[in-house]
Amino acid sequence: MIKFSKQQLKIPQMSKPVYLVTGGMSKFDRAIPEKRTEELVIDAFLEAAEFIKKSPEELKEYIHSCYYGHFADHFGDQLLGEAVIHDRLGLDPLGNVGIKTGGATGGSTIWEAYKAVASGYSDTALAMGWERMDEVPTDEGNHYIASAADKDWETPMGHIYTGYYAVMAQKYWQVFGKEEESFRRTLAEIAVKNKGYARMNPHAQSPMKITVEDVLNSPIVADPLRALDCCLMSVGASCVILADEKTAYELTDNPLLLYTSAGSHTLRVADRRDMDIPLLPNESPDQYKDLGVRFPGGDRYPGFTGFLAARMAAYYAYGMAGIVDPTEDLDLVELHDAFTISDIQSYEDIGIRPYGEGRTYVESGDCYHTNPFTGQPGKLPANLSGGLIGCMHAVGATGIMQVIEVAQHIWGRWSEMHADEAKWKRFNRVKPDDWTDLQVKGAKRGLAISHAGVGSHVTATVLVHPDHQLKGRG
Amino acid sequence: MTTQNRGTVKVENGRYRVTGNFHYAYPNDPIRDESGKLLGITNPADMTHIHAYGGEAPFFENLSNAKLLGTKCANPKCETYGSIYIPYRIHCPDCLMRNEEVDLTELARKGASVHTFMITERTGAFNTLEKPIRFVNVEFEGVSTILMGYLSIGEPEIGMKVVPIFQTKNPTFTIMDLSWVPAGTSVEDLPEGFAF
Ligand SMILES: [Zn+2]
Repeated sequence: MIKFSKQQLKIPQMSKPVYLVTGGMSKFDRAIPEKRTEELVIDAFLEAAEFIKKSPEELKEYIHSCYYGHFADHFGDQLLGEAVIHDRLGLDPLGNVGIKTGGATGGSTIWEAYKAVASGYSDTALAMGWERMDEVPTDEGNHYIASAADKDWETPMGHIYTGYYAVMAQKYWQVFGKEEESFRRTLAEIAVKNKGYARMNPHAQSPMKITVEDVLNSPIVADPLRALDCCLMSVGASCVILADEKTAYELTDNPLLLYTSAGSHTLRVADRRDMDIPLLPNESPDQYKDLGVRFPGGDRYPGFTGFLAARMAAYYAYGMAGIVDPTEDLDLVELHDAFTISDIQSYEDIGIRPYGEGRTYVESGDCYHTNPFTGQPGKLPANLSGGLIGCMHAVGATGIMQVIEVAQHIWGRWSEMHADEAKWKRFNRVKPDDWTDLQVKGAKRGLAISHAGVGSHVTATVLVHPDHQLKGRG
Repeated sequence: MTTQNRGTVKVENGRYRVTGNFHYAYPNDPIRDESGKLLGITNPADMTHIHAYGGEAPFFENLSNAKLLGTKCANPKCETYGSIYIPYRIHCPDCLMRNEEVDLTELARKGASVHTFMITERTGAFNTLEKPIRFVNVEFEGVSTILMGYLSIGEPEIGMKVVPIFQTKNPTFTIMDLSWVPAGTSVEDLPEGFAF
């Protein structure tokens, strides 16, 4: 579709509010040969139960249906892997279903659990996601990931998914980045930031203390992207428990309101047709009239530079949660930083910045926990978990990890979950001497974006502290 | 262990008739750590799939005839009537009526340009392209979509004029039979098996 009907633009109205009760994660790493997937899943579940001071059995008593996110059966070479996990969690004979939407699998899993609770089907639902990308060598792994592109029209070319995305990066780099050295450095800053925040996260796979120069000197993957601009390949699991209001307050005294929406766009970038930019509540109809003048070549939308799926997910989620301006109304975000440049594209798609101006979110210092220019708290800190570049991309678990990370800030329990010496030891990791508390003080509302590849699926999950709901200003 | 007599498929009376081997079995090997402790096993797999091109078959067949086929919505009642598609779409994405085939070969020869591109040394298993690989996303005058392909000669640039070349000798009947070269490339310079 390139035009939308009134029915398609309806803001979802759920039958009842849905709450996030708790969440937990395993360790994330490039390879975990000593554990089966079910052990990682149980690690995540145990952390979620302990977080609300319940035994696993007590928490399980509440669960009524289960949603399992797992992107690639190929990697584990086990069809119906969800059924294996469901049995090992001891949740038979409850209904369960597997969800796969590429890189957005984690977010989509929450979307399904959310609708189950909102509809009244279940009072409490489990959303669990995992991936293990260590059971084939990297080359074969790249082939499998490339099989998530079109098998007839794309995969035979190089069998390398990064390449199918890199053509978008190149277009954005030339049109909106104008091939400026300053823009290249801004991209590098995102990697420095996210790798740096990963140092404070015991779950994170790739903590690094690096500089912009290190990123610029890392091996070229596909110009302008370098190795340190790219996300990780990971193993691990994460889960959340969602419940209706009554049950949520039985399980914990501090549940968070949760809203999840989804958007999509063509699997092949090739198939995207030119269309008008759908506007978010903080944008005006005239705003993009001269986009192609200010950025020659930038007049085709979404072309190879925008993610329409992200824009649509944001449109629905903002409407559901009453968000008008994400930068003003949210206190932190976790974005799908598959590549530094796609991170910048997302800022525009979800309205943190207008199209063409994504870089200013980084250059202003707004995206930091502490703005490096002012020393004051960043206006809208992004990816304090380390994101996909610093923490992990265990595909089915990623979108769920992001939601848990945002929630821990709103709960005011980020430090507790990241400073714990015992956890660092259990994961066989060394807590850095300069470990810093990244808790966003007074966080009330946050957003997590889960995104697939070149933008075929995107979900937006908004978390709101129940005492700080927005009415919307539109 | 041998991979001789690899499987082939024919369709007779509307059914697949297979001959030869569609899989080869290899033994598992144990995976151990430095101390000799068992951690897992390898699971070798070598298997051939059967895949139907269905309504897209004319596109893949005609690459070997040096023809680039696209499709067009031919339903005058459709909001996007007349839109031209490549990749070849069997049905219009809006009205879902069966599209009409259009030969885009001449248009591509005259009016194709690089919308964007990328160059990389990285590839996945089963790659057959020479490294570095160069993808070009090609736009055509009057066509709604932008086709992905690979450049066989020269260095890509946004806006550069390119023309299609086709693997007419020993075709693979895959998208790999289509490639792109800068406009003005001479026939002697084309890769083995390719023609304009
Ligand atoms: Zn039509």
